[in-house]
Amino acid sequence: MTNNKQNRARLLQGNEACVQGALYAGLNFFAGYPITPSTEIAEGLSRELPKIGGKFIQMEDEIGSIAAVIGASNAGSKAMTATSGPGFSLMQENIGYAYMTETPCVIVDVQRGGPSTGLPTKISQSDIMQARWGTHGDYTAITLAPSSVKECFEQTVRAFNLSERFRTPVTVLTDEVLGHMREMMIIPEPGELEVRHRIKPDVPADWYKHFELTANFVSPMAAFGEGYRYNVSGLTHDQAGFPTNVAAEIKEKLDKLKLKIERFSDEIVNLRTEMMDDAKIAVISCGTVARAAIQAVKIARENRLKVGAIQPLTLWPFPDAQIRELLANVRKVVVAELNMGQVVHEIRRIVPDHTEVYFLGRYDGEVMPPQQIFEKIKEVK
Amino acid sequence: MATDVQQKSDVTHHYLRAKKKFPNVWCAGCGNGIVMGALIRAIDRLGLDKDGVAVVSGIGCSSRLPVYLDFNTLHTTHGRALAFATGVKFAKPELKVIVITGDGDALAIGGNHFIHACRRNIDITTILINNKIYGMTGGQFSPTTTAGAHATTAPYGNYEKQFDISKLAIAAGASYVARGTVYHVQQLEKLIQGAISKKGFAVVEAVSNCHTYYGRMNREGDAVAMIGWMKDHAMPIQAAVKLPPEKMAGKFVTGLLHETDATEFCEEYRMLVERLAAKEESK
Amino acid sequence: MTDAESKPQVSETTPEDANKPEGALPPLNIFLHWCKGCNICIAFCPNKVLEPDRDGKPILAHPEKCTQCAICWLHCPDFAITSNYK
Repeated sequence: MTNNKQNRARLLQGNEACVQGALYAGLNFFAGYPITPSTEIAEGLSRELPKIGGKFIQMEDEIGSIAAVIGASNAGSKAMTATSGPGFSLMQENIGYAYMTETPCVIVDVQRGGPSTGLPTKISQSDIMQARWGTHGDYTAITLAPSSVKECFEQTVRAFNLSERFRTPVTVLTDEVLGHMREMMIIPEPGELEVRHRIKPDVPADWYKHFELTANFVSPMAAFGEGYRYNVSGLTHDQAGFPTNVAAEIKEKLDKLKLKIERFSDEIVNLRTEMMDDAKIAVISCGTVARAAIQAVKIARENRLKVGAIQPLTLWPFPDAQIRELLANVRKVVVAELNMGQVVHEIRRIVPDHTEVYFLGRYDGEVMPPQQIFEKIKEVK
Repeated sequence: MATDVQQKSDVTHHYLRAKKKFPNVWCAGCGNGIVMGALIRAIDRLGLDKDGVAVVSGIGCSSRLPVYLDFNTLHTTHGRALAFATGVKFAKPELKVIVITGDGDALAIGGNHFIHACRRNIDITTILINNKIYGMTGGQFSPTTTAGAHATTAPYGNYEKQFDISKLAIAAGASYVARGTVYHVQQLEKLIQGAISKKGFAVVEAVSNCHTYYGRMNREGDAVAMIGWMKDHAMPIQAAVKLPPEKMAGKFVTGLLHETDATEFCEEYRMLVERLAAKEESK
Repeated sequence: MTDAESKPQVSETTPEDANKPEGALPPLNIFLHWCKGCNICIAFCPNKVLEPDRDGKPILAHPEKCTQCAICWLHCPDFAITSNYK
């Protein structure tokens, strides 16, 4: 390893990697509230942000945290919060406000056992559907799912880029194990990873529309205090941001929230595969479980079983087309996740009828070892 | 009557958004419009640059105020205006941040954010329009609805106790607490002007009228009657302190009720950043 | 309403104006389509300058009594009153 890389090597906790990733992406505002297992993110940023003139605030609750984040983003900051299940539930109304007002921000949800207080110190992946449908109304979510400390860093940077590019909230789903385990990673040099910023308006203030319908449905975004003096409201609004009850304007607004993401999902969706070329059985999993799945596939291959793994790094929008294509000549699919069945519903929705879908769920607070997945593979083959 | 600077009678028109439909959405005679006028005159007298003013509101009749104003305006979720405003102010302290909220918005669902904003003493001006009822949703009782008063959710008379807004704000740490009414508009304007100039968390309670619900359900008459009641029952604090208790019966105190100098949240943080930067340089 | 021209130039004139010397402007302008007839200005005017028309909207009944005290336009919830002298 070159000397340069050596001194950028760090043994980091997943939560710490989210901190470093956020700082790399240009985070300059964090508002959060203590909650196991994500508190290290708030603690890390309470140390780092004041050193670089960034803003850290611990709010009175999670509702206040996401509200402050959205306020700061409208004042021009790159803003983020971090929480876990119970806090994520409290944040939902204001996350919906961020969807409606197209306000870039990042929410890290370090999942723990649920529902309710559940298992604060134990792993689970049971917030996946909440990340998609958590708040009321129609909207289109972006959710990323890292599976290593290095990916916690990279996916947090990516979350900022996607939130700035699409003017939308982006959720990063990790979990208690990923958040607390330590792995070595090389901190990228500045410029090595892309860092994007929201498009700024280039029209005179009188022409500026905060929600202008553009070709790619993403409106340039001015910040408070830059001379544009616009209105932002959670009420359904027209392109100028004023509340509307006109049917056509309502439909236009909701279509915009959908199309701006769906039309460009190829920029968002990414997934990783392992030995899928000749696979007859595919194991689909994300996050921490994907590490075990890849191990299980290797064991299966040693036992001359044609098994491959698919790991969506982007959970929402769900990679329908890519997975359908990968499963074209796969007879059997095992969906492995740490909940009672969430991603499996998406897989059942998108696979052709002749594909047999088997669910391997674990929800007892323990990690899913490779052996458990391998047993399932043998069972279904 | 008019203070030093001669303010033109149509000054409000220079702060309204040209693209918005007027007249405003409130019921005829609603005090919200009067408060909006007082706010505009206060801002005009202070000579604030429109670009540097951010007005944040929650949900409710009063919270429909910012959309009419030619400032940076943020109409947020019910009860959360102060949390959103904290983000705006803390991210960009050079902005003058003004929150418009109602008695339900600020003290019921928003109570937690209200007491913490006071405790933090962050440099935000909060105009709390107190009409003692939820107007937008059709007349339910609120944390300031008078004991025994009727509302659509207190059909037999309100049996709950009320918040004293100024005591709550003072106890929680706000450094400027005042009360005005929509009748005493020039006093209200001066109190708002003082609140905006104050470096710290400033709360101005604007006693207002909801004749559409509160007035009708409690037979307190129309806008003129309710505003007339304020005229006859408000007692400026300078006078109130000299009166014996029995003279104050049925009266409520207006004016600047509390002011103190306390460290301000954004300023404390700025000094921390400076200390860390200095330490870094000295390494 | 950021510029003066786009303001609706509706000014209420009253019968007595017929014999008023040329050029003397009425004390107040009342924008009828902003006014909601809430009666606040009529009720609180100390000199009873204003009286309600059939819609309850103010008419300058006694313009000569207006002392430009500002109570009406300061209390108008809809900014529907301005003065021609202040």
